[in-house]
Amino acid sequence: MSQTVFEPWNDPQAKPLIQFKNVTKRFGDFTAIDNQTFDIYEKEFFALLGPSGCGKTTMMRMLAGFEAPTEGTILLAGQDIAPIPPNKRAVNMMFQSYALFPHLSIWENIAFGLKRDGKSKDEIAARVAEMLKLTRLERFANRKPHQISGGQRQRVALARSLAKAPKLLLLDEPLGALDAKLRQDTQFELMDIQETTGTTFVIVTHDQEEAMTVASRVAVMDDGKIVQADTPARIYEMPNSVYVADFIGEVTIISGTARRGDGAYEVSFAEGQPTLFAESDTEFANGQECHLAIRPEKVSITAEKPSDRRNALEGSILDIAYLGNLSTYHVELAGGQIVKAQTANTRRLSRRDFTWEDRVWLSWTDTAGILLKG
Amino acid sequence: MRRLTGFNVISLTLGFAFLYLPMIILITYSFNSSKLVTVWAGFSTKWYGELLQNEAFLDAAWVTVQVAVVSSTIATVLGTMAALVLVRAGRFPGRTLFSGMIYAPLVMPEVITGLSLLLLFIGIGLDRGIFTIILAHTTFSMCFVSVVVSSRLMTFDESLEEAALDLGCSSFQAFRLVTLPIIAPAVISGWLLAFTLSLDDLVIASFTAGPSSTTLPIKIWSSIRLGVSPEINALSTIMIAIVAVGVITASLITKRASLRQQADERAAVRA
Repeated sequence: MSQTVFEPWNDPQAKPLIQFKNVTKRFGDFTAIDNQTFDIYEKEFFALLGPSGCGKTTMMRMLAGFEAPTEGTILLAGQDIAPIPPNKRAVNMMFQSYALFPHLSIWENIAFGLKRDGKSKDEIAARVAEMLKLTRLERFANRKPHQISGGQRQRVALARSLAKAPKLLLLDEPLGALDAKLRQDTQFELMDIQETTGTTFVIVTHDQEEAMTVASRVAVMDDGKIVQADTPARIYEMPNSVYVADFIGEVTIISGTARRGDGAYEVSFAEGQPTLFAESDTEFANGQECHLAIRPEKVSITAEKPSDRRNALEGSILDIAYLGNLSTYHVELAGGQIVKAQTANTRRLSRRDFTWEDRVWLSWTDTAGILLKG
Repeated sequence: MRRLTGFNVISLTLGFAFLYLPMIILITYSFNSSKLVTVWAGFSTKWYGELLQNEAFLDAAWVTVQVAVVSSTIATVLGTMAALVLVRAGRFPGRTLFSGMIYAPLVMPEVITGLSLLLLFIGIGLDRGIFTIILAHTTFSMCFVSVVVSSRLMTFDESLEEAALDLGCSSFQAFRLVTLPIIAPAVISGWLLAFTLSLDDLVIASFTAGPSSTTLPIKIWSSIRLGVSPEINALSTIMIAIVAVGVITASLITKRASLRQQADERAAVRA
């Protein structure tokens, strides 16, 4: 049975649900969003990821209607949404603080938006019941928000924003207030609900793991710009810049100069260190500055110099970060460069191979790293 | 260790005596059967009976209640609106001036407020009466309401109102359905404050009252000048009782609300 992969962004026929066209947003002298053009497709789970102050929340508030772009247009299903006030948009938002109405019961909270639409009593009751079931809150319908736990409040907020069946649901740091374990469970729940309802989700988060887990595409933002928008796997394995490589997951960046070799570029990075080899689709001129980004799990750590790999560096173990399932070794080379290597802890602690100050060899293949311009 | 030492008992007694002895004397003498205020001649409730026959006092009481209800209601509406602007509108030209002007009547001597209102009413040819007292009381109690309501609004999570807009409310609906119910306790205490201020105001009322509209404080004050009568004692005792009942009710409601909230939170933890 063949299954079509969900990749509307690669399909030239697909019509985007949301289009940002040269959107700029300024607050006084401060430019929050800098001339951004991008599309979000129907049924996507789109994550805006970036550090605080990068403009991701502004982006979301423009979609909700609480901010208007200074320049450019935002289209929702082909229609310019600038003149439409927030209460008339087919867009709902789940707030970071949840913003549950403390004076109303859970049932009334979820029914709030439906009542504003002037729906009949039966319709409202049926829809609220459906939402309570979807979020497993049936038992709590008559409670007030302060009578339930944080995780339950989060689900009420979700149910309330989904009740009106919006074309687009915005989630502002939806899991920020939950503890780590609950957050993980909730991420999967969120994905299930997104799939069940078929609603387009746009999530704002500063937690890269969360973005990678839930999203079909992740847009990494910096300083009012989307640096890269792509699938989690491509963002991780093929970052287009040092910023993205560094922001997502752990990485070692080795800066040096490139020289075209046979099939792979030769990278020289420090006096007395061997040349490294890396294949790259990006063109580099001879002697051009380059940055080799390499993920720690792709670096092998051995006691002896490996014979089958060209990229091999010797150093001593400076630090070991023990994460339970994994250990990350920080290895210092002769010139002071630190390279991270990660191994799965398949053996018990007492049988571990390396410890602090040990001399070790690090090695990786020509295709393990990615060569970046900046 | 918390213990009731001799020193504590003495300070407690002195403190309460200082606060309540004058009132206790007043209440005691209101049940005096003698017409002479300072001579005890046995228990009687006849002054209360006579008070109910006294048309002048009853009229004054009715005027006072009317003024207090109407002026505190108008002051609550205006004061809440002013608080919304001060807390929500962010920076606009003249904001500092506006907030300063709202709070100025708090520290303005009442004599000056009363005098300037009197001059205004004479200037625009407004006949003094119950209407002018209402205007004057609204003016000075509005800022108290505004202080109470704006301190509540400072801690109000604005995303609640945004959520209401997001779910399809107009701005006014969002205020009516979400903001107002949540800040209602502050609005109600603002109203109560304005009501009490209006109830016992003497200075501003005497500047702005007309011959046909004497409030209770003015009436008491002018009767005192002719000598203290047991009737006044009886009237004051009734006022003390009303205030005491009000204060106790309010604190009981607050206490019960906080107890219920604690119980709810415990239930939520168990759930």
